[in-house]
Amino acid sequence: MSVEEERGDPASRDRQPAEAGLQVSRLSTGYRRRQICHDITLPHFFPGEVHSLVGPNAAGKSTLMRALAGLQRASGSVRVAGRELVGQSLDQWAQRVTYMPQSLPQSVALNVLESVIGALRASPSDRLALLGRRALERRAVEVLERVGIVELALESLQHLSGGQRQLVSLAQVLSREPRVLLLDEPTSALDLRYQLKVMRLVRAQARACNMVVLMVVHDLAIAARWSDGIVMLSRGEVIAQGPPREAITPATLASVYGVRARVDHGAQGDLQLRIDDVLDEGETR
Amino acid sequence: MVIVGAALMTTIIASEKAVSATMLNDTTDHVILVSYRRRVLWKTVVLAVLAVLCLLAFVLDLVTGPSGLTPWQVLQGLLSSGGLSLPQQTIIWQVRLPYALMAMLVGASLSLAGVEMQTILNNPLASPFTLGISSAASFGAALAIVMGVTLPFVPAAWMIPFNAFLCALASVLMLQTMARLRGAGVESVVLLGIALVFVFNALVAFVQFVSSEAALQQLVFWSMGSLSRANWTSVSVLAVVLACVVPFSFHASARLTALRLGEDRARSFGINVTRLRFMALLRVSLLAATSVAFVGTIGFIGLVGPHIARLLLGEDHRFLLPASLLSGALIMSLASAASKVLVPGVLLPVGIVTAMVGVPVFLCLIFLRPRRSS
Repeated sequence: MSVEEERGDPASRDRQPAEAGLQVSRLSTGYRRRQICHDITLPHFFPGEVHSLVGPNAAGKSTLMRALAGLQRASGSVRVAGRELVGQSLDQWAQRVTYMPQSLPQSVALNVLESVIGALRASPSDRLALLGRRALERRAVEVLERVGIVELALESLQHLSGGQRQLVSLAQVLSREPRVLLLDEPTSALDLRYQLKVMRLVRAQARACNMVVLMVVHDLAIAARWSDGIVMLSRGEVIAQGPPREAITPATLASVYGVRARVDHGAQGDLQLRIDDVLDEGETR
Repeated sequence: MVIVGAALMTTIIASEKAVSATMLNDTTDHVILVSYRRRVLWKTVVLAVLAVLCLLAFVLDLVTGPSGLTPWQVLQGLLSSGGLSLPQQTIIWQVRLPYALMAMLVGASLSLAGVEMQTILNNPLASPFTLGISSAASFGAALAIVMGVTLPFVPAAWMIPFNAFLCALASVLMLQTMARLRGAGVESVVLLGIALVFVFNALVAFVQFVSSEAALQQLVFWSMGSLSRANWTSVSVLAVVLACVVPFSFHASARLTALRLGEDRARSFGINVTRLRFMALLRVSLLAATSVAFVGTIGFIGLVGPHIARLLLGEDHRFLLPASLLSGALIMSLASAASKVLVPGVLLPVGIVTAMVGVPVFLCLIFLRPRRSS
């Protein structure tokens, strides 16, 4: 399968209702006294699209993600399918947005299927809990099939490799069928093979389930290849946004990462990046 | 034409593949669920076996003792009142039965408290003993025994358990406050718990230092943990506490399981983790404080009961919680029986024996566990 073939475009934006997807405007968040993200307005993310949040360490990416997941107090506006979530209960967030942390704890004596069923049974007020026990179990198996790890269903989480565990982690969040899926560095700890597996799966599921995927990614080449849009963050502010070829340029890389780089966007979304030098403080602005 | 034909063939083959794939999937789906349900059934069986073992240990505990009653006499005395002398009746109804019941209840309470602590603090070493609850209770008891310090309205007979309860509760509330502080992670709670152990041990040592010899002896005996203080009142108080706590505990099992998948993940599933922790610590404080107040410090059960249950059944809390409850009760009953026979003619404090009985069981489970290839 060529890169172009598997890319598949999300449903055309014109055919989507104007309110669909995720709209974030003027969002500020941080810890007790320190504000990390200031007044962030993101482009309108439509269902079926995959977007990446990139930026240097301490740019506020993970903080922004946690705020979007409702895990952290924030001010401003986060609307999912037209519904305002800021100020709502965690339950309201959880029905629409699911957050996947970087990794799944290692020493948990549960098997894969139990962990997915556990994710489904977690919050009783949810519509999910209305399903009967058997329906829940069937649904968990069905998700494992979609993710392609049904043969691992009865393996203990403790005995899985890092890559397999990440797929299980994805199965858990996908099983809740969120409208917005937030992934915190889904490929950081994975080898090349699992990086590709995870990203391909993420995009296919975004298209198939018509959900917005927003992920924090460190590897710009991965971000460019698999995303419909890039948001570049630095010091809690958005520096560049748009399709990969517009957002990742020598100029933005210089100002955000402080490096001199050559950027070559291939015709099929692939990105070649050569970092030549680290710029001094004076040169970056 | 040829191209069209080839394309058609490919489509047909592809669709056939797809069909056979879905059929295969249907069967694997079925197989997986069948074996999953078989495992669930197996776990239920294990629980039932544990319950039966508990019952057997309870009976064993009832029929052992220094008074020379035969097992048959004990059972006879329990079932009908005829045929036994009054002292024998008294031994059975006022000593054996409350002791044995107390052993079960304390074991169950401490083990349940331990498993909830381990889960909410995400730490396999957490238990009422290792996080200062037992030490706090000792300190409360020491105050009562040595200095006669307590609240004004408490009757003298209840002074020691009441003080122990109060101090244990206070220590958990301190942990609780720490857990509720924004920004304080579970690691800080665990560290605070360990600090509490040292603080209360130092305080107890201080009280011991200034106490009279008779009071010191009483205090040392208290802190060894003994079932000999059990009577029908304490048994019924602990039974009521346990009966009140267990439904809430089991009700939280799905949320506790999800918490094992990571705190942020659980919260993103819609679980109010702060509240879950608060409620669990509240249950822990009630269970641990009440048991420690009545029998003194018994260290081992709250730590190892949960681990035995986890090794047997894994961490699906629907099974883990009842299994911990039962394994705690089982070890405690066995320990209680052993405490009566290990040294002939002497009733050892059960706190000394729990580790001696529990460690072999625990080691067996660790080493006999089927090793799975990774």
